[in-house]
Amino acid sequence: MAVLNDETLPLRSNEDVVRARQAARKCAIGLGFSLVEQTKIVTAASELARNTVIHGGGGTLVIESLNHDDRRGLRLKFEDQGPGIANIDQALRDGYTTGNGLGLGLGGSKRLANEFEIQSEPGKGTRVVFTRWRG
Amino acid sequence: MLERIPILKMGAYLLVTIQVDMHDQLALTLQDDLTDRIVKTRAKGVLIDISSLELVDSFMGRMLGNIAAMSHILDAETVVVGMRPAVAITLVELGLSLKGVKTALNVEKGMSLLEDRVRGRVDGNGRFER
Repeated sequence: MAVLNDETLPLRSNEDVVRARQAARKCAIGLGFSLVEQTKIVTAASELARNTVIHGGGGTLVIESLNHDDRRGLRLKFEDQGPGIANIDQALRDGYTTGNGLGLGLGGSKRLANEFEIQSEPGKGTRVVFTRWRG
Repeated sequence: MLERIPILKMGAYLLVTIQVDMHDQLALTLQDDLTDRIVKTRAKGVLIDISSLELVDSFMGRMLGNIAAMSHILDAETVVVGMRPAVAITLVELGLSLKGVKTALNVEKGMSLLEDRVRGRVDGNGRFER
């Protein structure tokens, strides 16, 4: 698998969340994703970027264009140095929330992905990797 | 700059067209502004056009649900119109069904839903009263 291109964006504010989804949209269009696939990627980007800003205390997003056996993919890597997630299974469950949201962000984003990984260490931070391959 | 989404009054209704890529604070401001205007104008219905929105995530979905619930308590009905098909597909996959939010395909259908309700022909669940 090769990374064709990558872009790093800061995630510190509400406006950064908007910029993150605009950048994800642009990348998805460039890779030829369908409109429904673009919408799924952008929605997941919005959910996960918000998590990084609100729960992670800010961090970064790396957007990668991928090529694997002539198949194109898009990867979103979210990283923060926030408080981390003590119980990942619980955090993934629909309806579980520590903030004032609906508790759909993490579990919902996983459903919008083809591959989804979370690594988190309490006190050190969280890394979420979302990947979607072109259908 | 204080950003705001404009709320237009038309007769007994308030109309909102969301045409910007909304950040969270803008959504919260709209929620506050709308409830304020419902009380001030004694509006009977709120029509929110989201046909320009390229995504609705869980935060925006929650805002739409809150507006519908708050307006209902203030004796006004909310109809959300113009959701794009790709947005609807994504919302369901995300796990959000917008329960309690009335929807219509377009502005025209949304308006007639509100008018029916104001004439007392439909109850709060969109069913015709006999």
